[in-house]
Amino acid sequence: MSAVIRFMRRPFANAVVAIILGFVVAAVILALAGFDPLATFATLFQGALGKPKYITNVIIKATPILLTGVGVAFAFQTGLFNIGAEGQYILGTVVATIVGVTFNFPAPIQVPLVILSGMLGGALLGAFIGFLKARFGIHEVITSIMCNWIMLYLCNFVVGSDAFHKPNSNTALPINVSGYTMVLPEWKVSDEGIAYLVARPWLRDILLKTDFNLGFVIAIAVAILMGVLLSRTKLGYELRAVGLNKDAARFAGIGVERSVVTCMLISGAICGLAGALNITGISPHTITLLSVQEGYGFNGLSVAFIAGCSTVGCIPASFLFSGLIYGGMTVQQMLGVPSEIISIMIGTIVFFTALPAMAPKIADWLERRRLTTKEA
Amino acid sequence: MEKGEMSRRSFLSAVAWSALALAGCGSMQGDEGAGEAAHRVEMVTNVGGINDQGFCQLSWAGLQRLRDEQGYEVSYIESKQDSDYASNLDKAIDYGAEFVWAIGFAMSDAVAFTAKINPDVNVGFGIVDANTSGAPNLTGVLFAAQEPSFVVGYIAGRCTKTNRVGFVGGISSDNIYAFEYGYVAGVTYAARELGHEITVDRQYAESFTDSAKGKSIAQKMFVAGADIVYHAAGGTGVGVIEAAQETDNFAIGVDLDQSYLAPNNVLTSAIKRVDQALVDLTPKLISGELAGGTDVILTLADGEYMGIPQNHEHMPEEVYQDALAVIEKIRTGEIVVPANEAEYETYLAQG
Amino acid sequence: MEASAAYAVQMHGITKRFGAYTALDHVDLDVRKQTVHAILGENGAGKTTLMNILYGLYQADEGEVFLNGQKVDIANPTTAINHGIGMVHQHFMLVENFTVTENIILGDEICGTAGILDMRRARAKVLELVEQYGFDVDPDAKIEDISVGMQQRVEILKALFRGAEILILDEPTAVLTPQEIDKLIQIMEDLTAAGKTIIVITHKLKEIMRSAHECSIIRRGVYMGTVDVTQSSEDDLAARMVGRNVNLKVQKTPAHPGEVCLSIRGLSVKDERGIEQVRGLDLDVRSGEIVGIAGIDGNGQQELVDAIMCMAKATKGTIAIKGEQIQNTSPRNVIDHRIGTIPSDRHRWGLVLPMMVLENSALEHHGKETFGEGIMLDYDKLYSFTAELIQKFDIRPAGCERERMSGLSGGNQQKTIIARQVAHVPDVLIAFQPTRGLDVGAIEFVHKTLVAERDRGAAILLVSFELDEVMDVSDTIAVIYHGQIVDTFEQGTVDEEQLGLLMAGGGAQ
Repeated sequence: MSAVIRFMRRPFANAVVAIILGFVVAAVILALAGFDPLATFATLFQGALGKPKYITNVIIKATPILLTGVGVAFAFQTGLFNIGAEGQYILGTVVATIVGVTFNFPAPIQVPLVILSGMLGGALLGAFIGFLKARFGIHEVITSIMCNWIMLYLCNFVVGSDAFHKPNSNTALPINVSGYTMVLPEWKVSDEGIAYLVARPWLRDILLKTDFNLGFVIAIAVAILMGVLLSRTKLGYELRAVGLNKDAARFAGIGVERSVVTCMLISGAICGLAGALNITGISPHTITLLSVQEGYGFNGLSVAFIAGCSTVGCIPASFLFSGLIYGGMTVQQMLGVPSEIISIMIGTIVFFTALPAMAPKIADWLERRRLTTKEA
Repeated sequence: MEKGEMSRRSFLSAVAWSALALAGCGSMQGDEGAGEAAHRVEMVTNVGGINDQGFCQLSWAGLQRLRDEQGYEVSYIESKQDSDYASNLDKAIDYGAEFVWAIGFAMSDAVAFTAKINPDVNVGFGIVDANTSGAPNLTGVLFAAQEPSFVVGYIAGRCTKTNRVGFVGGISSDNIYAFEYGYVAGVTYAARELGHEITVDRQYAESFTDSAKGKSIAQKMFVAGADIVYHAAGGTGVGVIEAAQETDNFAIGVDLDQSYLAPNNVLTSAIKRVDQALVDLTPKLISGELAGGTDVILTLADGEYMGIPQNHEHMPEEVYQDALAVIEKIRTGEIVVPANEAEYETYLAQG
Repeated sequence: MEASAAYAVQMHGITKRFGAYTALDHVDLDVRKQTVHAILGENGAGKTTLMNILYGLYQADEGEVFLNGQKVDIANPTTAINHGIGMVHQHFMLVENFTVTENIILGDEICGTAGILDMRRARAKVLELVEQYGFDVDPDAKIEDISVGMQQRVEILKALFRGAEILILDEPTAVLTPQEIDKLIQIMEDLTAAGKTIIVITHKLKEIMRSAHECSIIRRGVYMGTVDVTQSSEDDLAARMVGRNVNLKVQKTPAHPGEVCLSIRGLSVKDERGIEQVRGLDLDVRSGEIVGIAGIDGNGQQELVDAIMCMAKATKGTIAIKGEQIQNTSPRNVIDHRIGTIPSDRHRWGLVLPMMVLENSALEHHGKETFGEGIMLDYDKLYSFTAELIQKFDIRPAGCERERMSGLSGGNQQKTIIARQVAHVPDVLIAFQPTRGLDVGAIEFVHKTLVAERDRGAAILLVSFELDEVMDVSDTIAVIYHGQIVDTFEQGTVDEEQLGLLMAGGGAQ
């Protein structure tokens, strides 16, 4: 009992409780909808982790939402609600595509060039939103939402433009191959590469069947780096102080306006990086006509909340999220469970994590009960 | 202290994941055993999803018929993003599928690649609405969309009271040009019969999903004097039909009989029966009766894969009968319908 | 003590735990009917927790509650209200842009048929109450337009409107002017005369002596007994509350002022609404002296301090530190000129509550190389710096370096701010309401520190709304009225009455 109470007081206990509750609610919904919850969950985990290539795909699909999650969590820790992660992500993809298509340097130059330009795009958009808040006091939620749509249409404009449109498709031209960040991008799709890999199914599964790329290494590094930045540097200290108490921060000589812009710049850069890495790392290596927001930014929001807005916590949270989505496809494929049920489950988890301090309350309750039973 | 927490966290989650994953493996094997006897067919949707009121929905209806009528095992995977295509196609072959359909030309690169890297797997791939890449295990299914477009163009030409009709395309591409030039040729055919000019306004929305844009384009066309607008624009076209309803003009539907969207304002539809095509082709492709590596081009002459709905309450009976006659002429080859600008120029020149 | 109908409220053996922390440990309280009963204790002693239990906001883990000799179970505030208990919180819970009547009936609306609000009847009932108890309140005035004292009366009316027989007042005088305090004490007398019972939570000894009949003392969650106020003294109460003898008088030697350190000339400052609050103010503070600004809240004190800190724009005039002008630069520049400020609202301006204590002790000076090289912030250095402050200034609980700031009591929070300012050896120390909300023990500490800093040679500007404090601590007393210094006195050359008159504008030309 006391072990449970101690566990409940740990900072991440809330996420664990929320995840368990999310599964319980999902089980009830599944049962009501006429599906066997246990079989569904079994299929879900099998579909997410059953084969090396599935795990690889979960990692690949976790990469962008890990980054947007870190972007959102970073901003949140400094008191800003960057709901514009989506727009910054899109701008990251757009700029990366434009640069990746226009230039064709050797890979050692092309790859950083494409990635950095995507980051720059996101950073500038973030900084713009931050500037509007700092200078004119316009709430970042409003400007971000507007920018999300502006970026969506900008993306569609670029896809449709003569210079970048790929004929007979709904996409822009893919970036030049020198900008790819997959492992052995050119060799593995060459005829001898395919021949070599097809003969080695295990390697083929990971290298050929997935867009195994180095993005997740960068993403994890960024998550850790941002954690360090926030908790161990003077800049992070100032940003957090501004986020937690703007008045006290100003009183203490911290430039609040500058902090807001800096924070949004960094947050935007991370979201832009997510976009750029998707362009360099996964097919189709280009932007597509968008009808609705693709959801990388919004999923990042969910990831950040599951992680309790800890940037490092976003690492497991993004893998969980991506695993649920990717495994959910197998549930749909094998059992015919509508993808909406999977979405409801994810939504439930996010919902429960959004309830603050649930786990400590459970701990209090347990402790009280223990004390009363003892006395009795 | 924080470090300790992190490692414990990851350890806990690892234990939880692997425990459940093991449980998952156990039950999956049972499922595979049960499904041995039946043929398994999977489809992967494009980002439109399974309820797109168009291609994907229709394809799924076809697979469901295969299940109900012929005892196939069928299932689908929905793609949420373009980057899902390759991994979803790959996942589709993991559970014993004998044939996998990719729906929509957006998936052509992904399906070509998946076919190429899976030569050893005993599975065929099909792509609806796109050419094959030449891989021996990939079949393309194409519809000669210009032909039904010609028929509805003919009907539009006969029915217009303002001598002005419109066309809204999705994204500029060879696929949609076929609709456009087939339609325009049909209108011209009617104009020649009637002996006067009919103007065709044409515009592309550059989107298959932006119904608001489709609506505004169609509204402009109606304001400019057109009274019938045909669309080949997927979800964008829903806006075209809405515009027709609001201005009380006519729209012409595409792919399936779209009159259910606006019963009083859909004149007719250029039908492509993807469901029928899948029902007919899938068994042949699995049995090997039809070899992979080729394109199957379905035309009006091939049977009931394309056409117009029987319901024709908004047009004179005479026009409907004449349209059926036009279909017959296309079937016999008396009329050769152009599918692009060059062919259209030739068609005009031939008179 | 046995439950008896002679007592309006009896709480016996009340224990309340928050997690592992015991906030109240078998506390007893017996309140006679028709008396004013004070509950005295330091900040964090558990006074408010006890009252929150009585009002149903918390549930006691142990103990019994009796009202008029009957055992009751108060599960929530609604039950409490039904039992005739009303509570006026320290922070008023009023809707700013509603009228007095609207606020009073809020949540207990008088409705006609079909649930339509009957404002006429409501207003009449409110007016009846106002007249019955001689409250000077306009039922149609909007809350935002009336004084704090009146707002408090509205809160009391709210409770009376709901039929309260027992009124709990939480720190009622914290926000009032001396005149308003007088008025409140009068109201309390009238209410007990009319049969009500009043419980006052406070740590202000003077007011207890003036208003209460009995006083129960709680120290760190433990009941320390009840005293008959008429048989007691301020010093006695203070000693019982703190657990040791407290010196209520500030001990200091005569000042030895040096050069003028802070010099303000012709300063004008507008508030957020654009109204000029400081109007051509002149002021000098020399090193080694404490200049106290006496004045009623709202006479430009906030704007004066804001302007010195460069948090507000000086529209006219100059502020100079040792001859160097600093007005309209930036807070950073001010801090770099070795000005330390103890802000009036420590939660708003002084601390980042969710951050750790050690992070708060670095605030303002976090950029210095002593706290880490380059861009890095060295938490080990922060820790040792803070540990030293905690030890030197007796910040409690000991070893709280990595606790959240919000977990500390008000007095210890204030100590943290003061420790931080003093640690950086300021040339000018501005103390704005430095003892606001603090108990006697903490007040003693703050005053001692100010004097010690003066003796070290700092120029100290004390801005306070507590006239006693200004008179006790300052070497020079400057009276502010309407944004100007209207007169200046040496300590001991002026009495309370004279200052009160000047503060109220009596001396203005």
